[in-house]
Amino acid sequence: MRNAWLVAKRDLGSFFSSPMFYVVTTVFLVLYSFIFFNILNFFSFQSLQASQIQAAGIILNVNQMVVEPSFHNMAVTLLLMVPIITMRSFAEEKKNRTMTLLLSSPIHLKEIILGKFFACLGVVLVMVAISSYSILYLFKVGSPEVGPILSGYLGILLISGCYISMGIFASSLTDNQVIAAVLSFGLALFMWVIGWAAQATGPGFGQVLQFLSLIEHMDSMVKGVINTSDLTYYLSFIFFGLFLTHRILDSQRWS
Amino acid sequence: MIAIENLTKFYGPRRAINNLSFTIDKGEVVGFLGPNGAGKSTTMNILACIIPASSGTARVCGFDVFEQSLEIRKIIGYLPETPPLYQDMVVEDYLKFAAAIRRVASRNIPGALDRVIDACRLKDVRKRIIGKLSKGFQQRVGLAQALVHNPDILILDEPTIGLDPIQIIEIRKLIKELAQSHTIILSSHILPEITQICKRVIIINEGEIAAVDSLEGLTTSLHKSERILLKVRKTLDEIPSQLKSLEGVLSVHSQEDGGFLIECDHNTGLQDRVARLSLDRDWGLVELKPLAMTLEDIFLKLTLEEKGVEV
Repeated sequence: MRNAWLVAKRDLGSFFSSPMFYVVTTVFLVLYSFIFFNILNFFSFQSLQASQIQAAGIILNVNQMVVEPSFHNMAVTLLLMVPIITMRSFAEEKKNRTMTLLLSSPIHLKEIILGKFFACLGVVLVMVAISSYSILYLFKVGSPEVGPILSGYLGILLISGCYISMGIFASSLTDNQVIAAVLSFGLALFMWVIGWAAQATGPGFGQVLQFLSLIEHMDSMVKGVINTSDLTYYLSFIFFGLFLTHRILDSQRWS
Repeated sequence: MIAIENLTKFYGPRRAINNLSFTIDKGEVVGFLGPNGAGKSTTMNILACIIPASSGTARVCGFDVFEQSLEIRKIIGYLPETPPLYQDMVVEDYLKFAAAIRRVASRNIPGALDRVIDACRLKDVRKRIIGKLSKGFQQRVGLAQALVHNPDILILDEPTIGLDPIQIIEIRKLIKELAQSHTIILSSHILPEITQICKRVIIINEGEIAAVDSLEGLTTSLHKSERILLKVRKTLDEIPSQLKSLEGVLSVHSQEDGGFLIECDHNTGLQDRVARLSLDRDWGLVELKPLAMTLEDIFLKLTLEEKGVEV
């Protein structure tokens, strides 16, 4: 584990010293903030209307109307950004031949992969942490419920883990960063919309497809429900991606 | 210390090395000599546990490169042909990272860093970004990376490639200093480089060992004889004796496929005379050719001279 931490630390240092990180973070924050404040604006407009009509029984819920859609939109925005973060992981190491340093050192391949994974996760965490100013602002102007917000962040963390796992896998396939980014973006988007085929394939297989869809498992978490099945789905998804990466990198040594 | 047996490596259908076997003792400085594409880097990559062999075994300090690669990776320092440098890192941080993943205890890292920075003369650039350094300095950082955990064995793949003459001299001086306390395997396609640094040479050509000898031994075995292959249709008992009677012939070996391998002195014009003899005697000449790839031919492929570098 110490070795995984060493790899992660080096990668993080490399991220934070490159302009790419700052560009990606800025673009992410601008997009997310734009969406968030539009949602918030819409919500306050509706609140205003509701108070004018004084319709009894209509309670506008800030969690439901602002926090939930923001999390969903954050998940989409991350879908666009994470491939840019993960594309370097192995593609760059292979291109610059620095992979030999890692491979000729007494560390396991799995430690290298875990290190890369946690480095990317760290970068995403920093991005998400900065974006949390929006939720803090909600606390200042209103009184949202804490529970669903925390479980929503857990959902974001897990879905980012899945994006990263796919991104690292894509990066292990090639030494070209652009190819890695396009591949991982395609994979992530496909896993996002895979459930759409449910209708065409009929009930049995359709359910399977729906269950495989990334976004399907976000819903309940954003609403404040943490299911073991969702947790299991995300964790096995991440594990499977990293496992495939391991197989790919190991087999590349033989070719 | 290093024992390689029948090592073979295929890249797809292409055979990079074929049945290599040799041993290297502790404290030896061995040169891997061969033209480009001979299989030097492949052998070194296998020894450094980067790639597995297709068949055969390689053991370093008794550990198998495939089964116990982690143990080997603790005791070797490897400088690949392209130094594995993170271009965006500061020299010092890079070496710290290299030391840490090579399991140097964190309290010993500052000491190890000072030692290699001193040995590789990197003092003036220790705070600079690797990508901004000249090729010579980058090569030295690569060497420092291989040395930082004070390994017993150093594997250096073409350490002077792409450097200017002054840098080459400096790197060689450094390797000579290191040779006093390490077992070193060094590859090169430049003959004088090997002669300066190594005591023993392993010559590889097209994936096979052409010779293993001390340098003196190699040069004396050169220029001794050349070989001609003769094939004729008829099988007659008189052929070997007739051939031997020709002037300049040292020996004649019959081969299984009916050919004759004639070893002879240099530049005696023997081919003409063999041809004339076989025609006169009506043996039915099929083939007559000088045999390619003797040691000398390999040497011809090597870079024998260096321009601008004082030997």
